[in-house]
Amino acid sequence: MSLDISFIGILIGSIMASSVPLILAASGELITERSGVLNLGVEGMMIIGAISGFALMVITDNLFIAIVGSMLSGVIISLIFGFLTQSLLTNHVATGLALTIFGIGLSAMLGKNFVGIPGKEFPILFSSLKESIPFFGPILFGHSIVLYFAFALPFLTNYFLKKTKLGLVVRAVGDSPVSASNQGINVILVRYCCILYGGAMCGLAGAYLSLIYTPQWIENMTAGRGWIALALVVFATWSPIKVLIGALIFGGITILQLHMQAIGFRIPVQFLSALPYLMTIIVLVVISRDSRKIKLNTPTSLGRIFYKEK
Amino acid sequence: MIKIEKRNDVPMALYFFTPFIAIILTILGGGIIFYILGFNPIEALKFYFITPISNLYGFSELLLKATPLCLIAIGLSFCFKSNNWNIGAEGQLTFGAIVGGGVALLFYNQEGFYILPLVIVAGAIGGMIFALIPAILKTYFNTNEILVSLMLVYVSKLLLDYLVVGPWSNPEGFNFPETRQFSDSSRMPLLFEGLRIHAGIFLALAAVMLSWFILYKTYLGFQIKVSGLSLKTAKYAGFKGKTMILVVFMISGACAGLAGVGEITGPIGQLHRMISPDYGFTAIIVAFLGRLNPFGIIFASLVVALTYLGAETAQIFLQIPKYTGQVFQGMILFFLLASDYLLFFKVKILNLKKNELRH
Repeated sequence: MSLDISFIGILIGSIMASSVPLILAASGELITERSGVLNLGVEGMMIIGAISGFALMVITDNLFIAIVGSMLSGVIISLIFGFLTQSLLTNHVATGLALTIFGIGLSAMLGKNFVGIPGKEFPILFSSLKESIPFFGPILFGHSIVLYFAFALPFLTNYFLKKTKLGLVVRAVGDSPVSASNQGINVILVRYCCILYGGAMCGLAGAYLSLIYTPQWIENMTAGRGWIALALVVFATWSPIKVLIGALIFGGITILQLHMQAIGFRIPVQFLSALPYLMTIIVLVVISRDSRKIKLNTPTSLGRIFYKEK
Repeated sequence: MIKIEKRNDVPMALYFFTPFIAIILTILGGGIIFYILGFNPIEALKFYFITPISNLYGFSELLLKATPLCLIAIGLSFCFKSNNWNIGAEGQLTFGAIVGGGVALLFYNQEGFYILPLVIVAGAIGGMIFALIPAILKTYFNTNEILVSLMLVYVSKLLLDYLVVGPWSNPEGFNFPETRQFSDSSRMPLLFEGLRIHAGIFLALAAVMLSWFILYKTYLGFQIKVSGLSLKTAKYAGFKGKTMILVVFMISGACAGLAGVGEITGPIGQLHRMISPDYGFTAIIVAFLGRLNPFGIIFASLVVALTYLGAETAQIFLQIPKYTGQVFQGMILFFLLASDYLLFFKVKILNLKKNELRH
């Protein structure tokens, strides 16, 4: 296999495609965590998004409804988490785990009749440009609209958090809920909104998998991507732009591993597949040992229960 | 009018009663889901919760599945009581099974009374070592143990996959992803002819007794509980926080490793890809449902084991996917956490009287 320039272009294009679900889910979770809520249910919300998107596509034959529906289903399922942690003050870690277990089970239950149905082709944009421009064509063009949205999302998230008043409110709620509350901010309401937004993005990430990336429904098809997205948020020290970089690295490892298998690289497949997980651990160690670095962006009240005496 | 007040102390009777509320709500919720999916809810629930244990074989299967859940949950209770979030028990189970299974494979063509104890100890050590990774990273590098223990689950499963496909695969196995069968000396003795329940259940019971003793009768147990209630108090009392983190992770990893070894030397008898249907994750629910209490965990492991069995029965009779067990498991934890609200808050229903309105 020759490593010519156009092949590298295609390679980069496929790395971008494989990083999309990670970018979407991690950007959503980032907002949730910035408001001080740790939702470990990313995997569960993604898989629910994947099945509802696919099921809606089969039933309505309309991709727009499927995409919007998958986001709505993410919102609905994250509402369970929101109600428990915000209104009933339950432990974030345990509730998130329950959400993941519940989501995987429920998706298999709902998806029973959708196994083996072929997906539909998702429209791609600028497909003519993809072929005609060498190298840059496959990188910049010929992707689905969800991919373009995903790549814009970290920048939008960054702008939202740093430049808008609402972003400031979210950060205040995450860093110091008591002072925010004293300033008249409804902490619980802000956190509810951030949880539901995270749910919507995870739902979309799931739908990307079942409608665009591998257009079909397979039980447990998110295969741990939700957990990687969670790790990515820490990896990025809660900074949206670094989420994008991290997601590309992880996407790159996934794709490289496929290509190395194809060219008969003499490392067992399983070792390459383990790389993203090992990388996450190494990065966690590197960023965590410097407590100043990790504290810079870490939402101070992350995972803590906020209760206001009425 | 409903008034909600914060309680000053948690009433103990209610603390152990709310898990039952959670179980009842889960059964009701399950019935509703079955109804929505177009099944007769009463019939579906019967297949789920009664049919599986209506004969001796089913009861043995229940104990067989409860054994690893109970073992792992006992170990996790040490971590959770001291506020250490080890959620990678599935990985520790897998790595324990790899190490124990490796020893069993060394003796594949030998018999001897010493083999099984060696395999069991190797499994426990394997789990312990694997649990030490997140513990050491947490104590010395301040790394988040939730993410590290979880990432290691995937690493251990991939390692197992590599071993059973590659170097450890059965040379006479036609390239199936599995190892040789272990020799009879590496297998857990069966308790009854014709039933799969094996001596591993005694390991679980021993763990229950031992954990009760450690938690309630020793200084270590006291330290663990105090650290869980308040880290500041623990520091003030001069407890060695780092050592304690390492110890609770080691206990928890050893228990998960034992559970893994129990599976491969018990019902399975070799290593292959599917040695655990996520027992390590489900045991987290068992630990909470059992209120992190050793005897509560026995009860909870039986309840959660029934969701596994019920899911299998419902799949056979009603063609509902096996994953529905997870719906029930998730719901149990949801309802349990929700009912905890009653522990911390008093919900009063007041009759509105004129004089109260004036206040």
